Amino acid sequence: MSGTMIRIRDLAVRMGDRVIASVPELDVVAGECVAIVGESGSGKTTTLLATLGLIEGADISGNIAIDGVDVLSAPLAELRRIRGSRVALVMQSPQAALNPTMRLGTLMRRALARHGVKGAEARSRAADAVTAVLLEPAILRRYPHQVSGGQAQRFAIALAIALGAEVVLADEPTSALDVTVQAEVVAVLRRLRDERGLAVLLVSHDLALVSTIADRVVVMKDGAVVESGPAADVFARPGDAYTRELIAAVPQLPDRLAAEPAEDKK
Amino acid sequence: MTAPGPSGAPVAPLPLRRTALSRLVGGLAGVDRLALAGAVLLGLIVLAALLAPWIAPYPDDGGSATHPLEALLPPSGAHWFGTDQVGRDVLSRVLYGARTSLVIAVAVLALSGIVGVVLGVVAGYAGGWERDVIMRVTDVFLAFPALLLSLALAVVLQPSVTTVIVAIAVTWWPWYARLTASVAASVSTRGFVDSACCLGVPAPLIVFRHVLPNSLTPVLVQLSLDGGGVILTAAALSYLGLGAHEPTAEWGLMVQQGQSLFTTDWWVVTFPGLAILVTAFAFNVLGEGLRARLAR
Repeated sequence: MSGTMIRIRDLAVRMGDRVIASVPELDVVAGECVAIVGESGSGKTTTLLATLGLIEGADISGNIAIDGVDVLSAPLAELRRIRGSRVALVMQSPQAALNPTMRLGTLMRRALARHGVKGAEARSRAADAVTAVLLEPAILRRYPHQVSGGQAQRFAIALAIALGAEVVLADEPTSALDVTVQAEVVAVLRRLRDERGLAVLLVSHDLALVSTIADRVVVMKDGAVVESGPAADVFARPGDAYTRELIAAVPQLPDRLAAEPAEDKK
Repeated sequence: MTAPGPSGAPVAPLPLRRTALSRLVGGLAGVDRLALAGAVLLGLIVLAALLAPWIAPYPDDGGSATHPLEALLPPSGAHWFGTDQVGRDVLSRVLYGARTSLVIAVAVLALSGIVGVVLGVVAGYAGGWERDVIMRVTDVFLAFPALLLSLALAVVLQPSVTTVIVAIAVTWWPWYARLTASVAASVSTRGFVDSACCLGVPAPLIVFRHVLPNSLTPVLVQLSLDGGGVILTAAALSYLGLGAHEPTAEWGLMVQQGQSLFTTDWWVVTFPGLAILVTAFAFNVLGEGLRARLAR
């Protein structure tokens, strides 16, 4: 349960002649949650998608390895093998991430079958995974529109667990959910990290959320990393002006409420 | 639950018993009435076609039988729709004609639907050069006036029902390819497609299991709307002598054979004409109803 699950070196994603994301170094080890924070357009999601080899029409250089597999040079079949069974993506909008014409159980069964798990083994894995994210197994008989956003998001995490993924990439996993449901999803992620040694790479602009789960934080701005380090250090002693600005932008009731928010979005 | 009556005084609600019947009616009222009317009408036509050998008063008249002595009798108790030039019962032939027309309609819609949807969904999902190739070929077919292309094909091939089906399907599929491509392109940007990709699902499976089922609704609406068009086109081809030929009972052919008699023996041309009208109408109403219900 240890080892580097994600290893990024000298990553640069270019769109035309513009570098839209560059990450000199980023490691995520098992049982660790690393958060990439920054404003919209800072390149945090781009970095995440590049890690999965999902970016089209951009020029990617550098080195990305997931569990030892070089994402940028691996053949497609190898990529398909590790996608799902090694690394899973949890998306921003949970319901959009589920095919509306398929029951959740069907979806999970097919995903398992794709990675060679069938029959009784598939059923028990599905039930285990669903329980691990604190859902009722009965949810497998539902269609995506019949579950709430929080349930759908936890199901997406269950899918990753069932497939045996050791790395979860989460792209703003809570921004489409309301606050109490956010807490559920974060709790589930944190529990899986602690109990199963899941490596989590989290992308978020929600510093309040990040501070509750991240072990380490990477701050990005305009496609570049401006600061990184242990979460406690970064939050307690932000070394970069931009990080300080981000932290200041976190709403704090009540004295912040009246003040002009230092938000720097868009 | 009291509503003000016309005089403004509250009116007690009618005591409604929720019987099975009222629930059925209530349930049907929830369904779009237009779609329901179209479906019922179409169902009756299909039933008539299926049961033609049993319900036609003179089953032999659907084929090559002739009764010269009974030629051109006006509608009567024995021949509700009258008889044609060779003495065949027009009602019987209209019923048998429903078979020909529906077979043509179903075959054309199935053929062009499958070809169009498969090409469209691939083009829509793949984008890039695959889309360009498929869509340019589609455009070439669309560039020809549909009826003209069908006519040309029907002339080259031997006139028959199969010819009609092929000739119409060739001009029909590009519309479905177009429609499906645009829908599939937007479906392909939705989260579950990326999500499937992230689970290691190969592209062909993504296309047919995730993109296709979510792109079908508008195509189904279009297919049902087009049923009427196909029947009209088939009738037109047969009318021009390029489709079904004697002794096959086919509405377009019957209209063509009866048109010279219109002033003297109106029934020969009128009833098959009405059959075309009603069937095309049923398809259109069903399609419109479905569109209204499924449109968002």
